[in-house]
Parts: sequence; C-alpha cells; structure tokens
Amino acid sequence: MSIRLNNISRRFGATTALHPLSLDIKQGELIGLLGPSGSGKTTLLRIMAGLESPNSGTIHFGERDVTHVHVRKRRVGFVFQNYALFKHMTVAENVAFGLKARPRSERPSHRDIRERVLGLLQKVRLEALAERYPAQLSGGQQQRVALARALAVEPDVLLLDEPFGALDAKVRIELRRWLRHLHDEFGFTSVFVTHDQEEALELSDRVVVMSEGRIEQIDTPHQLYRHPANRFVFEFLGETNRLEGEIVNGVLTNGEARLTLPGATGSRAEVLLRPHEVRLAESFDEHAHLPVKVSAISPVGAEVRVELEANWMSDPWQATMTHHDYEQLTPTRGTRLYAHPTRQHRFDLDYAI
Amino acid sequence: MRRIGDSPPVRALLIALALVLTALFLVVPLVSIFYQAFASGLGEIWVNLSDEYTWSAITLTLLVTVITVPVNLAFGVFLAWLVTRFSFPGRRILQTLIDIPFAVSPVVAGLLYLLLYGRGGWLGSWLANYDLQLMFAWPGMVLVTVFVTCPFVARELIPLMQAQGSAEEEAAVTLGARGWTLFRRVTLPNIRWALLYGVILTNARAVGEFGGVSVVSGSIRGETNTLPLHVEQLYQDYNTVGAFTSASLLAGLAIVTLVIKAWLEWHTARRSH
Repeated sequence: MSIRLNNISRRFGATTALHPLSLDIKQGELIGLLGPSGSGKTTLLRIMAGLESPNSGTIHFGERDVTHVHVRKRRVGFVFQNYALFKHMTVAENVAFGLKARPRSERPSHRDIRERVLGLLQKVRLEALAERYPAQLSGGQQQRVALARALAVEPDVLLLDEPFGALDAKVRIELRRWLRHLHDEFGFTSVFVTHDQEEALELSDRVVVMSEGRIEQIDTPHQLYRHPANRFVFEFLGETNRLEGEIVNGVLTNGEARLTLPGATGSRAEVLLRPHEVRLAESFDEHAHLPVKVSAISPVGAEVRVELEANWMSDPWQATMTHHDYEQLTPTRGTRLYAHPTRQHRFDLDYAI
Repeated sequence: MRRIGDSPPVRALLIALALVLTALFLVVPLVSIFYQAFASGLGEIWVNLSDEYTWSAITLTLLVTVITVPVNLAFGVFLAWLVTRFSFPGRRILQTLIDIPFAVSPVVAGLLYLLLYGRGGWLGSWLANYDLQLMFAWPGMVLVTVFVTCPFVARELIPLMQAQGSAEEEAAVTLGARGWTLFRRVTLPNIRWALLYGVILTNARAVGEFGGVSVVSGSIRGETNTLPLHVEQLYQDYNTVGAFTSASLLAGLAIVTLVIKAWLEWHTARRSH
C-alpha cells in the first residue's frame, strides 16, 4: 500500500511541530525518518498512524483517503518505542489481542486465532516463549513480540517508532538485519523513525532527513551520503571537519591555512569534509597549505583515527588513514604534518568538487 | 535508614517518642472503645445490638455506603481518565478542584447542600413542587457522603495513570480495540490494585462520615440516623455501653479496612519489584 502525504502540518499550542510537508512512499518501500530529537519525525509517524491529527493536509493509503479515518480502522501496524506490550498478558495473548478485539462477525474462530498466533511466533522465533509474560523477556525478545502483535492484524502499512532505540548495540544490528528480511518477505510498506544515521542508512530504501519540522532531503542512502542537499544533512550524517576563511584571489585563507577554491566568489567561504576525505602528508602543494599538529592517535579498528589541531581551526579535525599509510608516515603525538582534502563540500553555493 | 550525625541515643529517643505518641493517641483509645463496650458483659452488648434503632442505623449506613462506593468508583475512574489521557484547557484547574472535598470541612459541605436543596433553597423549592424531599432523608445523606468521599478513587488513580502513560492503550487502539474492550482488557488490569485501594478508602470514609451527614440528616431516630450519628445520640442520652457498642462496630470495621489496606500495599509493592 502506498502512502501519500500532502501538505501535512501540525502545531502544538504556540510551537510548530511540522511545517506543511508532502511525502510520497511507494508500495513495498522501507522508509527511514531520520532527524535529531524535536525534528518532528515521531509526530509525522503518529499522524500517519492516526494517533495525532494534522492541522492541515491529507493522507492517502493507496487510493483511500484516510485523513479522517480513526486509528482503529486505518489498518496500520504500530510498534511503539518501548514496545507497549500488555504487561498482564502472555506473549501469545499479546499477539492474539488484535484478532480477539474484532467485532464478533469479523472475528476468526478460536482455532484460527491459535494457528495464526503460532505461525507469527514461529516467524519471529519466539514459539518457545508463548506462555511467558513480557517482564520475563529480554529487550530484543519484547521487540519481536511487539512486531508479531502488530503483524497479527495484517496491516497495510507497518510503522515503527525508534524500533531499536532501547537495545544494546549487538542486538540492535542483529534485529535490524532481521527486520529488513522480514520486510522483504512480507512485502508491506514500512516507515520507521530513528535518530541514528547509521541505522537509517543501512536499513532504508530511502531516507527522509528532517530538522525542525521540515524535510531537508529525501534520497536513497547512497545519494544522501554522496550528495547531501545542504549543510544540515551533511553534518547530521557523519563527523564533519570545517574550514572557514576569506577568499583572496580564488584562495580560501585563514591565518597560515590556504586552500585553492576554483570558481569561488564572494568574500568568505566555508569548506566541509569527512574524516576519510583528509589525506595527511609531510609536505604541502600548490592547492593546499594546511599545517596541522597531531594531538591524539587511536590505532584500534579497521582504520587509524588521528585528531589534528591548528590555530586556524575552530574545532579539532578528525582524520582516518589506513594502517598501511600509518606505518609509512609513523606520526606520533605532536608531529607536524600537512592536510590535503581529497574531496570538499561547500553549501554556501550548493557546490561540491 | 541512618543519617550522618544521628548518634544511637538520639535514634533510640526518637523511636521511643514515636512509639509512646502512637500508643497514647491511637492504640489506647481504640482498645478503650472495646473495653467500654464489653465492660458490662456480653448480655448488655446483645441488648444494645438487637435494639431496633441500632439496626436501623446499621442498615441506613450500609445503604448510604452501597450507593456511594459505586458512584464514586465510576466518577473517580472517569475523572482520572479524563485528566491523564486528554489535554484540554482547564485540566490543571480540574485537578485542583478534585481536592475541594478534602480542603473543605464536611460540615460546610453539609450546610451548602442544605442551602441548595433544602425547602428554601432554589433547587430544593423546585424539587418540592414535584414532592421530592432530599434533605432530612436518606437521599441527602447519600449526596453529602458522595461529595465528601469523591476524591479518594481519583487521587489514587491519577498519579499511577500519569506514570504508566497511555502507550498500552494506544497500542490497543491501533490493534482495533473499542472503548469497552480497551478499558476492560488493558486499562483496568493496570489500575486494579490502585482502584481497589481507592474503593477501600472511600468505603471506610463513607461508613464513618459524621459532620456533613449530621447537618442534612435531622437525626430522626430509626429513620435518618447512620451509625456515627447513632453513637453520638446514645452518648448524649447517657447510654455509655450502647454508644461504645456501636462505636466498637465502627472501630472493628476500621481495623478490617486497615488490614485490607496493608495487604494491598504489600501486594502492590511486591508486584512492582
């Protein structure tokens, strides 16, 4: 079922949670709503579910206008941030709840309900825990019960609010992959909310980046990371190194720091780059003269992380290098080197080299 | 718990003081009620208990309680649900208004009802046209008791429902649950212990209410006397044994209430761990 939001907005008293925004989600897509807290992503999800109503705009599921349809009739599966399992019911009773709550004429028989619940519990690999209570389960297991419960009513769309927020890192990655498989298998349309950019980029078909009640960019993870639409998206998606200065004859200058910026106009400019876009060398060249001093080294993991200081920086830079390069260069704390941007991003002109 | 600076003698002194005060103000009067009632032997107690007026007081007290408790049960749940699940202008004021019966002396409440529903009051004179008399009859006593005891259930439920939040209820709604199913299968199981606790307190207070009821009852023997009013009247008539017999009934009920209350508290504490 496709989801079409048109001109949706929402205010809470004097604060605007969502400025009018539109969003088209295709049948079978897995969409991540990504943004810092207070960006309006959860409000948007709750509006899709019908748990909040928008101040303006329309919502369509496929051809059906659901703007004024009650949550109960929207056919959405909603997985809550802290799972909201019914504490006093067993796992099986939790999953059966939606089927048993139906009016008598639409309710499946007891046997059908039992079979459906068992099938779902097998799907989420919890059939052995059917008679346990939520308090007796781990966070990851509770999460799977919540998912099975939402799927039991055969929803048209599945909405998940920070589905992995309360889990530890290892379980989180495992469940993330498992959810992706489940989504592909069932083929429903899913939308999830997260503040974790890694999670959004790994799991989603497309990511909607939000900030202060507005959509900043809607794109595939690859496009989003390679071509961020603006400074906010760039900074939110990863670690950022920043160089700001005056433009003198096409060269960005700040104290000792000089960087050639072809086609630069105006009097001031700002260049942003990722840690892996900084190459370190013992010499400078005609494009870049960026003297730095190594202030910390962390050789743990797939790459060596180096922290750099210089009086032309507002904040220390982070750079990564391969272990091979690290052994060639052998920097230690206090070593003076030169930084060379391999790629640079400028948003003052919406322009990248 | 021991705080820094509390020396053992100070601690012992404070504990002893607390125990002595509790005994003096709570235990001794309670024991003396039973002592006075049983002082002249069981025969005398039986005579007083089988007295026609005592029986009528007991039945009237039960009637008032049996009506008051369900009314305030429904009202308290409704109010708590309203205040914790919706946000609307005046929500905070409503939360404060709930406490009025606690803040106001029951006698004042009784007087207000008398002025409003009495023969001269503007609602009372209208009702008198239909030959309905609320004051100096049991309906008035029920009204005042409902007023005096209405905060108990809501007060127990509001903090609990606030802490629990509405996520489980929202989950139930997304799964298609309707009003009554939602309440019976999701809300009620989460609040049942607090609800029971509120009911116990309402019940205890409804049985023991004196001030407000005495204003609107008119104390007609055998007709509008509840147990607490009956106790007072017997005492005024110098029937000490009679007064203490009825009082010991009330005290016995209070002890039962306390035991149930303690059991409930123990139960909820155990559940929350």
